[in-house]
Amino acid sequence: MARADADPKIDRRKFLAGVAAGAASAMAPPAARAAEAPAQTTPRAPSALPPSAKTVEAETKTPRELARVPGIAGSDFMVDVIKTLDIKYVPANCASSYRALHESLIDYGGNRMPEFLTCMHEESAVAMAHGYFKVAGKPLLTLCHGTVGLQHATMAIYNAWCDRVPVIVIGGNELDAAHRPPGVPTIHSAQDINALVRDFTKWDDTPVSLQHFAQSFVRAYKIAMTPPYGPVMISLDTGLQQEPMRDDGEKPYIPRYVPTSPPQGDSGAVKEAARLLANAQNPVIVADRAARTPNGVTLLVQLAELLQARVIDQGGRMNFPTTHYLTAPASAVSNADVIIGLELSDFWGTVNSFTDNGENRGIGQNSTRINPDTRLISICAVDLNTKANYQDFQRFQVIDVQMAADAQATLPALIEAVRSAIRNDRKSAIAARGESAKKAYAEMRSRARQAAAVGWDASPISTARMVMETFGQIKDLDWSLVAAESPRFNWPHRLLPIEKHHQWLGRAGGYGVGYAAPASVGAALANRDLGRISVCFQPDGDLMYAPGVLWTAARHKIPLLAVMHNNRGYHRHRLSQARRVDGLVGERPDQGSVRAWSRPQGSSRDGESGAASAARRVDATAVMP
Amino acid sequence: MNLNLRTLAAIVAGLVLTSSVAAAGSAEKGKAAYVRHGCWQCHGFDGQGSVAGSKIAPNPMPFEAFSDFVRTTSGAMPPYQKAILSDDDLADIYAYLQSVPKARDPKTIPLLNP
Ligand code: HEC
Ligand SMILES: Cc1ncc(C[n+]2csc(CCOP(=O)(O)OP(=O)(O)O)c2C)c(N)n1
Ligand SMILES: [Mg+2]
Repeated sequence: MARADADPKIDRRKFLAGVAAGAASAMAPPAARAAEAPAQTTPRAPSALPPSAKTVEAETKTPRELARVPGIAGSDFMVDVIKTLDIKYVPANCASSYRALHESLIDYGGNRMPEFLTCMHEESAVAMAHGYFKVAGKPLLTLCHGTVGLQHATMAIYNAWCDRVPVIVIGGNELDAAHRPPGVPTIHSAQDINALVRDFTKWDDTPVSLQHFAQSFVRAYKIAMTPPYGPVMISLDTGLQQEPMRDDGEKPYIPRYVPTSPPQGDSGAVKEAARLLANAQNPVIVADRAARTPNGVTLLVQLAELLQARVIDQGGRMNFPTTHYLTAPASAVSNADVIIGLELSDFWGTVNSFTDNGENRGIGQNSTRINPDTRLISICAVDLNTKANYQDFQRFQVIDVQMAADAQATLPALIEAVRSAIRNDRKSAIAARGESAKKAYAEMRSRARQAAAVGWDASPISTARMVMETFGQIKDLDWSLVAAESPRFNWPHRLLPIEKHHQWLGRAGGYGVGYAAPASVGAALANRDLGRISVCFQPDGDLMYAPGVLWTAARHKIPLLAVMHNNRGYHRHRLSQARRVDGLVGERPDQGSVRAWSRPQGSSRDGESGAASAARRVDATAVMP
Repeated sequence: MNLNLRTLAAIVAGLVLTSSVAAAGSAEKGKAAYVRHGCWQCHGFDGQGSVAGSKIAPNPMPFEAFSDFVRTTSGAMPPYQKAILSDDDLADIYAYLQSVPKARDPKTIPLLNP
């Protein structure tokens, strides 16, 4: 490893490491220390001694500035690399294994582009980056302690993987077993930290030189940002960060980032899909993570209107305006003769139903929801990126025309192909289809309003009213609904005019609970910079996993209106248990404590930022009798 | 489909078996039982229904059909046997559902008519 020929005498960061090792040996068992100490001859000292000047300083003062490394530190060069990619923030929880890079980001990089955001949990840091991307369209970098910190981060990385969101994760790791301090720094090292997340990251690397780092980082960014997007991981050796750059005149270069264009569907398959759609009696479009950007929504509206085809938006992203008359409920698949799925995470589940009722020898009932001769088309980039271990690819569904391609990138060609495939004699039938869609839409909206009216005046407040009262407060602002986790809680999509891409961001992806709170804070950060107001309907159980993210929101002045959906329980989980047992111990967190938590952390209604007004809302929403 | 037939059968059975227990529960106790047994989680606090469960109030189905359904359903809703949900609790829950007032006309609610 390059570290062997570094000059230890002048390395400030090695000095820091020395301090850490000293602290580690101070924690050695008393017997071990006694063995090293000279024989005691003085009388026994009183049991409680005043702290030494050194201890007082360590406990109460800011550590003294240390001399800088002559020349350029390796971690300073790393900051140069990071800065070429226009990354705005680094949400992270601090750790010694990346202390050199941390220090360079602050002192050398000026803590700007990227700015370090203090997080209370690595899971929160990654989920913040997740939520941020879905608003900003730009990835964030997060740093973590390579072993324990990465262990904390894993679920959020899995969510990002399943939700096809790029996050760049760097884990600090002390590779050199002969040089790293014994004790904690060694326990916190591993041969291959990336192994932990390799099954659910797009790519990972362990650079062994600064030049290697430059290539790795730019490559990681590029891979993460090529659809299908996904998280990437770099293991960063502590030694490599701490070394000064070699002074032999050769400076590592920083490769220029050039975005890779997303994969577009094969022209033959596009033509065949267009033929099927143009000739269908009742084509239905289903979209899950189709619209990566606002333009995706525009394209989908064009395709739908061209065909007068109804659209089922499964809500992985905001794909289609809820106010458009072609919006259809999930049940619309049953009358379709052609269904096109755009970036569906579960095609099987779209056209089949499953009832977890213990029938069918205990495995539940499976039944098809479509006609046997319905033709299926799929455009899905995730087909290019399937891994074996984690089962996010769902049940197998036979599909007639399938494109391993990015839906949004393929839509322009598909729209053109459909336009030329529509024969003149089909046009009046297509127009008539539009008219009946308008009627069906009006009925659907009216049913939703009628359902919302039941229990409108009830106490505790109904969830429908909670949504509409919140909307009443924000409707004249540029609002963004950043999370509403439970798929059972569908009032926002039934009642709200969700018309812009940022007005709905989709869900966790991997159903890892504990996503909504930190992803909302991350999304709110991006919205803050764009002058928007962020709102989330915050489930209670979800918040209680890592409520420290409210502290981060308050600390970094991130405004978020979090309306507590305080149903005082692990409701969705309860649904899966209801059949077997009548209430388990452990299904109802004491939700009084949601309030107890958010106040001391500085985010109550009197908090400095108005962030997460969760505390106030707990009282206002669903307090059970 | 299956379910509707079953529900229908239950209603018919209810009409025929006039000897079955009549419901004379307490709406007040029923509200608490409705919450305690978790019916609200799928049907909403007022029986208005949600993605997870259908609308069951106001105007619940006849008691016999109701009781039969809750005890024996094998569809998406879990069945509740007597050991878990007593006859008294079930009668109280029914009384509570009967007491749920009729929904307001959505046209009279400004927030639902933006
Ligand atoms: C896990 C979710 C869940 C819970 C908890 C639940 N239900 Fe249901 N319930 C459903 C679903 C889903 C249906 C629709 C029936 C079907 O598809 O099989 C239903 C249907 C019903 C119906 C029939 C409605 C009709 O018009 O056919 C009644 C009555 C009912 N539930 C009462 C109750 C009562 C009383 C409780 C509490 C003791 C309860 N449910 C708890 C999910 C639930
Ligand atoms: C990390 C993780 N742990 C456990 C679960 C299992 N689980 C599924 S839903 C759920 C309860 C969620 O409760 P809450 O956030 O309060 O939302 P609610 O369903 O009550 O609206 C749990 C614990 C999970 N999905 N993810
Ligand atoms: Mg809950």
